[in-house]
Amino acid sequence: MRVMVCEESGIIGGGATAAGMGHLAVMDDSEAQFALTSYSQMLWRELAAELPASAEYLTCGALWVAADEEELVEVHRKHRFYTARGVPVEVLDSRQLSAAEPHLRAGLAGGLRMPADSVCYPPCAAAWLLGGIPVAFGRRVVAASGSGVEFEDGTNLKAPVIVLATGAAIRRLVPSAPVAPRKGHLLITDRYPGFLNHQIIELGYLKSAHATESDSVAFNAQPRSTGQILIGSSRQFGAEDSGIDSRILARMLARAVEYMPELRDLSAIRAWTGFRAATPDKVPLIGRAPGMPGVWLATGHEGLGISTSLATARLLADEILGRDSAIPRSPYNPERTFVH
Amino acid sequence: MIVVVGAGPAGIAAALRAQECGARVTVIDDNPNPGGQIWRGDDENSWVARFRSSGIPLLSSTRVVAVDVEARSLLVETDGVSGRLSWKKLVLATGSRELFLPFPGWTLPGVFGVGGLQALAKTGLPVAGKRIVLGGTGPLLLAVGAYLRQHGADVKLIAEQANIQSLAGFAPELLRHPRKVLQGASLQWAIAGTPYRTGCWIDSAEGVNKLERVTVRSGRDIWTEDCDYAGVAWGLTPNTELLESLGPEPEDVYVAGSGEVDLSFVEGEIAGLNAAGYPERTVLLAPKLEKARGFAAALATTFALRDELRHLAKPDTIVCRCEDVTYGELRKFTSFRAAKLQTRCGMGPCQGRICGPANEFLFGWETGTVRPPVFPAKIATLFSDAPLPADTTGQPDTKEITS
Amino acid sequence: MTRISINGHQVSVPPGTMLASALLGSGAFRFRNSVSGEPRAPLCGMGVCFECRVTVDGHPHARSCQVPVREGMEVNT
Repeated sequence: MRVMVCEESGIIGGGATAAGMGHLAVMDDSEAQFALTSYSQMLWRELAAELPASAEYLTCGALWVAADEEELVEVHRKHRFYTARGVPVEVLDSRQLSAAEPHLRAGLAGGLRMPADSVCYPPCAAAWLLGGIPVAFGRRVVAASGSGVEFEDGTNLKAPVIVLATGAAIRRLVPSAPVAPRKGHLLITDRYPGFLNHQIIELGYLKSAHATESDSVAFNAQPRSTGQILIGSSRQFGAEDSGIDSRILARMLARAVEYMPELRDLSAIRAWTGFRAATPDKVPLIGRAPGMPGVWLATGHEGLGISTSLATARLLADEILGRDSAIPRSPYNPERTFVH
Repeated sequence: MIVVVGAGPAGIAAALRAQECGARVTVIDDNPNPGGQIWRGDDENSWVARFRSSGIPLLSSTRVVAVDVEARSLLVETDGVSGRLSWKKLVLATGSRELFLPFPGWTLPGVFGVGGLQALAKTGLPVAGKRIVLGGTGPLLLAVGAYLRQHGADVKLIAEQANIQSLAGFAPELLRHPRKVLQGASLQWAIAGTPYRTGCWIDSAEGVNKLERVTVRSGRDIWTEDCDYAGVAWGLTPNTELLESLGPEPEDVYVAGSGEVDLSFVEGEIAGLNAAGYPERTVLLAPKLEKARGFAAALATTFALRDELRHLAKPDTIVCRCEDVTYGELRKFTSFRAAKLQTRCGMGPCQGRICGPANEFLFGWETGTVRPPVFPAKIATLFSDAPLPADTTGQPDTKEITS
Repeated sequence: MTRISINGHQVSVPPGTMLASALLGSGAFRFRNSVSGEPRAPLCGMGVCFECRVTVDGHPHARSCQVPVREGMEVNT
């Protein structure tokens, strides 16, 4: 097939791809999410040897941290869930957790290590994935249908298959798509090699991130291959301004320091924001756009865009080409969430 | 409360003028001593001395990390303390930094900005007996050359990229500024015996792990000069990060200072009077302002950078020194943001302060938006919400600082 | 005179000397290794270029051109 990519900015991976953390995670919020994330992580693993150094692919493993006994219950639930599905995981007690991440505060209840989780630098991974596919830069698509796309300048590009992968901006082209932007903040430090070993996520995340009605923060930290530390996370619905919200940033960092007190003295060099494409059921929209023959969707990945990008692409290509897929496609069918 | 950011000529002038009008003023400055880069804690300078004896509280070694426009407060960090400082009127006198143009070898230890070399010499770097080559453009080359000579350095060459014709055109402008002519004459005496070449610039720097020599070009002549240190000067670039982070047309914010010292000073005076609520008094400063502007404009024309300087960098020349990104990697891109995302250019701790203006000069790129932290800061600073403790401002009354 | 330790060696400099100046004066040229391993030393002398970063009393990334020497300071480049 001949493929062309239209990118209205002059930049590859300049949207949520550039804003995201790059955690290549396996997740268990639902069976559908698990199937997609674990399939995608396998695809990333297969690709790892070919990725350029600039993609900064690093299998650092992830550590889900339980602050108390209640969260430890969740550690054991996750352990059962993953073990039953053949994903290698390891429960750490309080002492093992300290040994794995010496800068975590003392007295945390325990944790779950997922050794296969990896991280990457998404903009360079995206540029590499694009390879030699031609890109129409700087051309804004204002309408899409099964016969092609229309650009802002009134010109058209004809194609029998149109894939819309515009993240949280999907509603500009498909107003009925049930996707809402969910703003997030991240901050990166100067280089402190060896300070952090794993991608760390607090299990309090489950309490805060799922509270969709209000702004929330949760401790999330990631070691970059540069020795820098990437710190998150925040979630805000209804925020449209891409500027830094200093109060949210402050809450996010205060939360991080609760878990890792020595972070307080590290030098922060940059902070930024991005918009996740959130769906009501936290499962992405992959497949035919309802009521738009010839148009396919690949959006709604929330915070798992780079994680599930490879699997999303496979499922979509399989469907377009009429092939079978490695995992069932129906859970991601956009039809499920559209209001007609 | 008027808060003045910067204690260089513009900030000192603004603070003293505002104080004369009866306003309460606090000055914050990121250097250990007042005077900015040009006066640099020089107590022999009468304005620094006046400022020191004025009783105006100075928070030195203090950086502004973020601005809250709605709350009218600055988030500031010193080595031990951080917190918020509120203002009613804000004067930004954040000065300039040196512009750096990448050339082969400019990353070698021993290559400095000419102002940076002088700053180091003023703060204890022994230069006696050191072989030094200065290259670039502008009067700073001469001033620093003279300073280094006075301190025993062997200044082997001062290479001025502007050609003799444009310097000759500058002479009438100098005659309109007698004090500067005097300064010029004493400079000439101080650098007597040092070769001063016009239409001449440093092409490259060489050495193993540190500077050993520079290659100099003048017309068709190319030669090397062995040296211990080299100082380069390509002009100044204003520190606009704080102003940009305030957004468009911020209220009760006054900006002063644009590199040239006399112009900075008078702009500072005007900003101080305006901030204190006496705009009518600025009328008296109009002739001084006009004269200073004329001189600064003449400087800019005389010492405009020649086009050849855009071609000094070779494909393997590093442009972004924080992330070691080369000219060859960067020229594949069409915008600074694209280059940043793919190469990390400008993503290091200097936040693009060095490579940003260089990229602007080399590629004509706009270097984008400013976000907090506007200067690298401790993570703890970014969530400290308390007003700055009173004792750090040298003022006994906390209310004065936060009101 | 103020005594400081530079990579374990004792050096005495006049009080008030800026650390970057003291380091250069003592012959140190490799203040830090760049991300590709090149030696780097101060460029701007004014606290903005971050090339003069050293470890002071165990704290990394101190801009030595902005730090006055202090008796007993331990500096590692």
